[in-house]
Amino acid sequence: MSQEHSRTNVERIPKTVRSRANTVRGGTVTAPRLALRGISKRYASVIANDAIDLSVAAGEIHALLGENGAGKSTLMKIVYGVTQPDTGSMEWEGAPVAIRSPSEARRLGIGMVFQHFALFESLTVAQNIALALDERMPTLELAERINAVSARYGLPVAPDRLVHGLSVGERQRVEIVRCLLQSPRLLIMDEPTSVLTPQAVRVLFGTLRRLAEEGVSILYISHKLDEIRELCDVATVLRNGRVSGTAIPSAESNASLARLMVGNDLKECTLRPREPGSLRLELTDLSLESADPFGTSLEQINLGVRGGEIVGIAGVSGNGQRELLAAISGEALCAPRAAVRLCGKDAASSSPAARRRLGLCFVPEERLGRGAVPAMHLADNCVLTGAGAGLVRRGLVRSGASRAFARATIAQFAVKCSGELAPAESLSGGNLQKFIVGREIRLAPQVMLVAQPTWGVDVGASLVIRQALIDLRDAGVAVLVISEELDELFAICDRLAVLARGRLSAAVPTAQLIPETVGIWMTGAFEPAVAAGSAAPAGR
Amino acid sequence: MRLASSPLAALAMLATIFLTLSVLGKDPVAAFKVFFVEPFGSLYGIGELLLKATPLMICALGLAVGYRANVWNIGAEGQFTMGAIAGSGIGLFHGAALGAGALPLMLTAGVLGGMAWAAIPAFLRARFHTSEIFTSLMLVYIAQLFLSYLVHGPWRDPAGQNFPQSQPFPDNALLPPLFEGVRANGGLILALVLAALSWWFGSVTAAGYRMRVSGLAPAAAAYAGISPRWNIWLALMISGGAAGLAGILEVAGPIGVLQPVISPGYGFAAIIVAFVGRLHPIGIVLASLLMSALYLGGESAQIELQLPASVSGLFQGALLFFLLAAELFIHFRLRRLRA
Repeated sequence: MSQEHSRTNVERIPKTVRSRANTVRGGTVTAPRLALRGISKRYASVIANDAIDLSVAAGEIHALLGENGAGKSTLMKIVYGVTQPDTGSMEWEGAPVAIRSPSEARRLGIGMVFQHFALFESLTVAQNIALALDERMPTLELAERINAVSARYGLPVAPDRLVHGLSVGERQRVEIVRCLLQSPRLLIMDEPTSVLTPQAVRVLFGTLRRLAEEGVSILYISHKLDEIRELCDVATVLRNGRVSGTAIPSAESNASLARLMVGNDLKECTLRPREPGSLRLELTDLSLESADPFGTSLEQINLGVRGGEIVGIAGVSGNGQRELLAAISGEALCAPRAAVRLCGKDAASSSPAARRRLGLCFVPEERLGRGAVPAMHLADNCVLTGAGAGLVRRGLVRSGASRAFARATIAQFAVKCSGELAPAESLSGGNLQKFIVGREIRLAPQVMLVAQPTWGVDVGASLVIRQALIDLRDAGVAVLVISEELDELFAICDRLAVLARGRLSAAVPTAQLIPETVGIWMTGAFEPAVAAGSAAPAGR
Repeated sequence: MRLASSPLAALAMLATIFLTLSVLGKDPVAAFKVFFVEPFGSLYGIGELLLKATPLMICALGLAVGYRANVWNIGAEGQFTMGAIAGSGIGLFHGAALGAGALPLMLTAGVLGGMAWAAIPAFLRARFHTSEIFTSLMLVYIAQLFLSYLVHGPWRDPAGQNFPQSQPFPDNALLPPLFEGVRANGGLILALVLAALSWWFGSVTAAGYRMRVSGLAPAAAAYAGISPRWNIWLALMISGGAAGLAGILEVAGPIGVLQPVISPGYGFAAIIVAFVGRLHPIGIVLASLLMSALYLGGESAQIELQLPASVSGLFQGALLFFLLAAELFIHFRLRRLRA
């Protein structure tokens, strides 16, 4: 189906645009700067890239669009030589190449600016850049070249400043200058605007356009549709590891791009209608300053979840999901006391352990290291959250009880492992997730909070986990699911809200929603829920 | 392979001793005899081995509890000193009046003194996120200067001909030897009991479990609702208290008087002991015996081979160095990169 999709969309590109994209400043038609043919990459449980074709012309700003997990990062790692494709071929300016390492990629003329910067805080700008260069260069000469590049592209950076004093935008400039010093002919930008202010975004776009005019090709990874429509010549859209379409962004609407990104082949909902019970989780005007400089602060979040319903929160990671999870689980405390209520009791100033006693169970997004201690065996990992469920008595860990608890969890959720004494780190991602979800479910929660329930989990285990959540709902538990997978949310949620830039939309019955609307909301185009609105009962 | 790092490091250290002695022009075989055989040829020698192992063992057991929980108390030497001062205060000024109650009270005061000194880095870390590595280390020097002030000033023995030391402890404030002919005392029994207790704490109690989680996966500790402050306080109270106990056992045992220098670096050597013992109680008991042997061998090498006193420090350092190197090469492999 997606093959058809891609063909029809390619044909929608006007011929004039295509020829422009294949023409260098000199006017002669040449091979594309970079061409990928049938690139596939398979990891243990998922196909990250499935027969991807992509062609970037000289001087073209080419958007790579897709939800998280669609395969953008894997594809860029392949282009930059960080990983190797299983099958498929690459051509660089018409000649076949195999890029085995980032330094080989840099030698060809490929530069990459990563989403999170890799700079040493205690070194100066020039020292940081010198470290990353493949050639040795005297400091003075390097400073001159930095100044020359920064003047030419409107990227003011002082070579002798220490990095720790630089703003996020300035740090990004250092990264870009670092790439430009090697005179790249293809520049890969990974979510470059996710950390920038609107003004800094303007400056960045000016720089990128100037580079494109000089013939530098730019691969621009993003999920911000407005930016892509403004900046990019061509967009390739990925979904589930495949190319779901190619488009001229300026000729598309946000809704049509979102449809390509999200897809409309959603599974039938398997929820039996059910009247929800009383409010179990209430968030009222919850605001939280993010502790992470790259994080997103929450603004005035309002949400109510009732017993016997599943509410989903859609949105792309990095829009405040981590902060919202921490605020609900108690890992981050926020004032006032009424901002978080669990089962009718104020919980905003309670610790995670106190919230657990109020009936909250929580499955975090990171399984190893947060949801489970990697080096400990599964029985000990049950004690992590099961202290209140009889696994600790009079200050002593009851190892017999925790082993029995682990054994029962393994049996009930068909966790594949060597037994309850297997270290958590020895389990595959999907099995560990089944174990953690199972452990929390067996603690008999009143409110269940789950982040990315099936992220990286194979199809069979995903079904088990989703069904387990639906069973919880049918048993009258309030379930809140935060996920990036829209298909999944549409399949299991009674109501859906969208988190974008730290603001939460109203939670609307899923039956009244189409993915396109959610896709548009994911860009932040919605009226946030207000305190009274979120408390309205969910009708289906 | 992971268990092999400590024996490997000990072997490499022995090779270093061998080489160093050869370079210094000593007959290595004879020197080895002086270093590792002669000191332990008598009952008295064995007693000295156990005597010196005691403070190392107690300090290292406490430190290991904290290290497993990711709390890096480097200042056991200072807590050792403050424990000795606090316990000596009781012994010197109330010892005679307390009779049989003197020693238990002195030991308790020693533990509390060590804890109080460790409370400073604990508070600074829990309240201001100050690195306990630096604060605990710097407090060592303050403690040593405070001890020096006391024995040069207010606590100096008026009948001591201006020697910087306190009055000798009354007899009921001194630990008796385990039996005739050795200097090792009841502190050794206490240390072995503490080793068993530390094993029990780490593997059975919920508090020990929470500290292990905090050390292995801080994010999982936050997820489980384990308070990081509680973890810091508990770790520093345990390691500080243990070091304080070792301090008072030392002055109420072999020294018998408060003087400017009461430790040949036991608090620092205990860090090496904790790691060579792989932070495990049994390992620590064995490692403290090895370290004690190094101290004694160094002493006899000074006397019989006219080697400088710093030679035992050199070998202690070499031991830790080789241990770290062994760990590195067990976990990582050297690879030649083409230019």
